[in-house]
Amino acid sequence: MRQNTRIWTGLAAPGAAWLLIFFAVPFYAVACIAFGTIDPIFRDAVPQWNPLQWDFAQAQDVLTSAVNGPLRGVFVRTFVFVFSAMAMCFLIGFPIAYFLARHAGKRRLLLLTLIIMPFWVNYLMRMLSWVNLLSPSGLFSRFMSNFGVNYNWLDGSPITVVLGLVYGYVPFLILPLYATLERLDWRLVEAARDLGATSMQAFRMVTVPMAKAGVAAAAILIALPMFGDYYTNDLLSRSPKTEMLGNQIDYYINNSSQPQRGAILVLMLSVLLLIALSWYLRSTAKIGKEQVR
Amino acid sequence: MSTLSPRRIRALPMLAWGYVAWSLVPVLIAIAYSFNDGRSRTMWQGFSFRWWFGDPNASVFRDESMRQAIVNSLVLAVATMLIVTPLGIALAVGSHRMRGKLSSGVQGLTSIPLITPEIVVGAALLLTITRLFSGIPLGFPAQLLGNVTFSISAVVIIVRARLVSIGSSFEEAARDLGATRMQALRFVLMPMLWPSVMASLVVVFATVIDDFVITSFLSAGVDSETVPLRIYSSVRGGATPALNALATLLVATTFGALTIALFALSQWRKRHGEPGGMRAALADVTRMGD
Repeated sequence: MRQNTRIWTGLAAPGAAWLLIFFAVPFYAVACIAFGTIDPIFRDAVPQWNPLQWDFAQAQDVLTSAVNGPLRGVFVRTFVFVFSAMAMCFLIGFPIAYFLARHAGKRRLLLLTLIIMPFWVNYLMRMLSWVNLLSPSGLFSRFMSNFGVNYNWLDGSPITVVLGLVYGYVPFLILPLYATLERLDWRLVEAARDLGATSMQAFRMVTVPMAKAGVAAAAILIALPMFGDYYTNDLLSRSPKTEMLGNQIDYYINNSSQPQRGAILVLMLSVLLLIALSWYLRSTAKIGKEQVR
Repeated sequence: MSTLSPRRIRALPMLAWGYVAWSLVPVLIAIAYSFNDGRSRTMWQGFSFRWWFGDPNASVFRDESMRQAIVNSLVLAVATMLIVTPLGIALAVGSHRMRGKLSSGVQGLTSIPLITPEIVVGAALLLTITRLFSGIPLGFPAQLLGNVTFSISAVVIIVRARLVSIGSSFEEAARDLGATRMQALRFVLMPMLWPSVMASLVVVFATVIDDFVITSFLSAGVDSETVPLRIYSSVRGGATPALNALATLLVATTFGALTIALFALSQWRKRHGEPGGMRAALADVTRMGD
């Protein structure tokens, strides 16, 4: 028996070790840099490997700035952009996933294939397509100017950024939603209808509770990468007026001499996402308990 | 037996097909403009192959830096695929069979990268490589390392789903007939894992060749520029339709790999009497089945 266990541990060891060294250790290193010191001569961040000597002054500074300082705008904007994009993703994605799961009929495989396609088209190619359409001489801008709309879409417009996020992330929402809805036991909905519920009542009291866990998972699946997104913003706006948290991280890590600030922001983003994730885990645990009851 | 009124049911297909048009037509237009005869990416001036291979310096196949980016992308994607697939399969099989605390630890470790935004992984690896693992140079080695780290979990998820659907009865039968544990693993389980191996290969290839964030954070200037990095840096400049051609090439490569994989998967299923055909193959590569 012990022999067997050793085989499995041995098989898992290289991959687990890889993740430990190149995933877990870097996380620790980020904390060591965020709570480390700054070299007085070269102004570079010096990691403090001993957690007992961590210095939280810089982190406190950034936190203050985020609560009521210059960084506050960036945080608020990140939340507003991500939640509006999420809401629109659901408005578009849920009916489509529902239709695919319930009513698509003979055309389902074709429609499914077409809906999966953007999934495999490079994200930057999809953004490039819109940059071409939205640029002042682009097809869309020219089309809109026929109606007297002369709006510069690519010059720091929050509308463009939010719509860009929606365009970018909707496919990643539709698929898991479809997978959830397809697996529901729709006979229960029909039973509710037979017993006199209106379609709205059946939806609210049967469909929604059944689909809740899958819907929450799908929401998390697109919310997490959206919170860290910076390239959509960079490609469609490139203006400080629409800057999100990801742009700040990109700037401080890649283009500035203050990587420590970048490390602190990475930690803050991670904490934020951990909160979202634990909300999700708590709510699915609650749903699980309700179903057992 | 529907739960919606007929009128609303008519609105749904319109929305669905409208969505398909909205999500694909802009991309098709961008592809079409790669065949533009003029220098503009927005004004149509007639059809030509100028930006594909006509122009002696600035077309995709003749521009030295674009060719370099294509080579870099392919090398990175294939190298990552070859490293991460065996690593991920072993990790999936091992962690699936392990019992106890260690097993749940390993399962936790493999699922966290899936939900971590790429910017966090990229930033963390960059900071670590420049300060702790300074023996690893930025550029291809660091990009390879980063992409392997980020895609192990995808392989584990795909293979684990297959392991669950196979169950343990086949291996137990082999054991009863006198096979050792290793023999059962090698001659019974491995062949049955084939669809998930195929799916892992193509998913990793497509993810890495499309990857922007990690590859960008860990790059070292022009020498390690991949196609997505090139697109990113030139989109907002005055690039010619050669950029559209480059992006089209990237999309075509992904779809080519995907088509081959889907075909191979549905053939395998047919030969081995597993139901599902194309639909099951689609589920394999989109991870819808788990």
